[in-house]
Amino acid sequence: MKNIKVLGSGCKNCETTANLIRIAAEQAGAEIELEKITDMAEIMGYGVMSTPGVVVDGKVVHAGGLPGPDLVRQWIAE
Amino acid sequence: MFEILANMLIYQGMGLDPLSPTGAALHFFVMDLAKIFALLVIVIYLMGLLRALLSPERVRRFVRGRPDWQARGFAVSLGAVTPFCSCSSVPLFIGFVEAGIPLGVTFSFLIASPMINEVAAVILVGILGWKLAALYVTAGLLVAWFGGLVMQAFRPERWVEDYVWKIHMGEADLPAPDRSFAGRHRYAVAEVKGIVGRIWKWVVLGIGVGALFHGFVPEQWVGEYLGGDAWYSVPAAVVLGIPLYSNATGVIPVAEAMLTKGVAVGTTLALMMSVAALSLPEMLILRKVIKWQALALFAAVLAVAFTLVGWGFNFLA
Repeated sequence: MKNIKVLGSGCKNCETTANLIRIAAEQAGAEIELEKITDMAEIMGYGVMSTPGVVVDGKVVHAGGLPGPDLVRQWIAE
Repeated sequence: MFEILANMLIYQGMGLDPLSPTGAALHFFVMDLAKIFALLVIVIYLMGLLRALLSPERVRRFVRGRPDWQARGFAVSLGAVTPFCSCSSVPLFIGFVEAGIPLGVTFSFLIASPMINEVAAVILVGILGWKLAALYVTAGLLVAWFGGLVMQAFRPERWVEDYVWKIHMGEADLPAPDRSFAGRHRYAVAEVKGIVGRIWKWVVLGIGVGALFHGFVPEQWVGEYLGGDAWYSVPAAVVLGIPLYSNATGVIPVAEAMLTKGVAVGTTLALMMSVAALSLPEMLILRKVIKWQALALFAAVLAVAFTLVGWGFNFLA
């Protein structure tokens, strides 16, 4: 099962990103483990300064701004 | 073009007298609303197409390890061209500290970033003309440069929260941005939606305040109290701007109304800077990384700097 983390200290875009991922996973019928990381030290530990950031299976795939829907589907399908 | 639209709608459509306060105010509102939003969408879209490059991670890599004056030069100019949402100022601050970038340089960046951005600069040119735009940008760059230097002199390191020093930042190889035209277009559209969605309220509010000022404040009163002869009008404008907050673009219509009514240039610039750069929400966010002593100092340094800028321009004018 894929582990997806959304990095962000609770800003609105971070919530939206998490929702986008959850919905995309439901639509694709894929089981994912979705985590929200709000601890600043942990977020910075990934080398991300612009939130929301997205980490798929330990690898940073996105930082800053809302991700496009194609991109989100790609993370889940890979 | 926008003038014709506003003329048709307000004077001919609604039959209001151009000389009545309501007519003048509504005309101002419609014209600025159309003009500013058209400019916003166009400028942000074009910037989005060209850019897709300048993330805070890149700024950090750019500034770190350089001699002080170079680092400050980059921090000020990159702060001016990157419109960061204030919600990223905490990770930004920590990231800069962790990279060993001097705090004074970080403060320079934090001053320049909300005060100047390319979108506001283009709209300034469109609404107030290039001369005032150049004045505002130059004054902003100077305040950011020297404001950071002054902060440094007070050794602000002692006021940084302990946990900040302990954070170790990883090096992620961030995914390369999609550089095809479709990718740039998608990024630009998302930028327009994101930025306009975030700032439209400030802009509408600013246009509303500008329109009321334009329509209802008598010129005589302005000439008496805000014409630039009274020394206290500049510090009063700065103090007034501290609790008020708006985005840099939102204060432009207010400045426009003030200038056409004869408020002195320095007084107007001081209010603009104070409203855009000194804000309570931003301070509260920064409180997560620095103690209140540093925040108070930060506010005081900026207030003094804006006052000096205002006096300077009033004197020169």
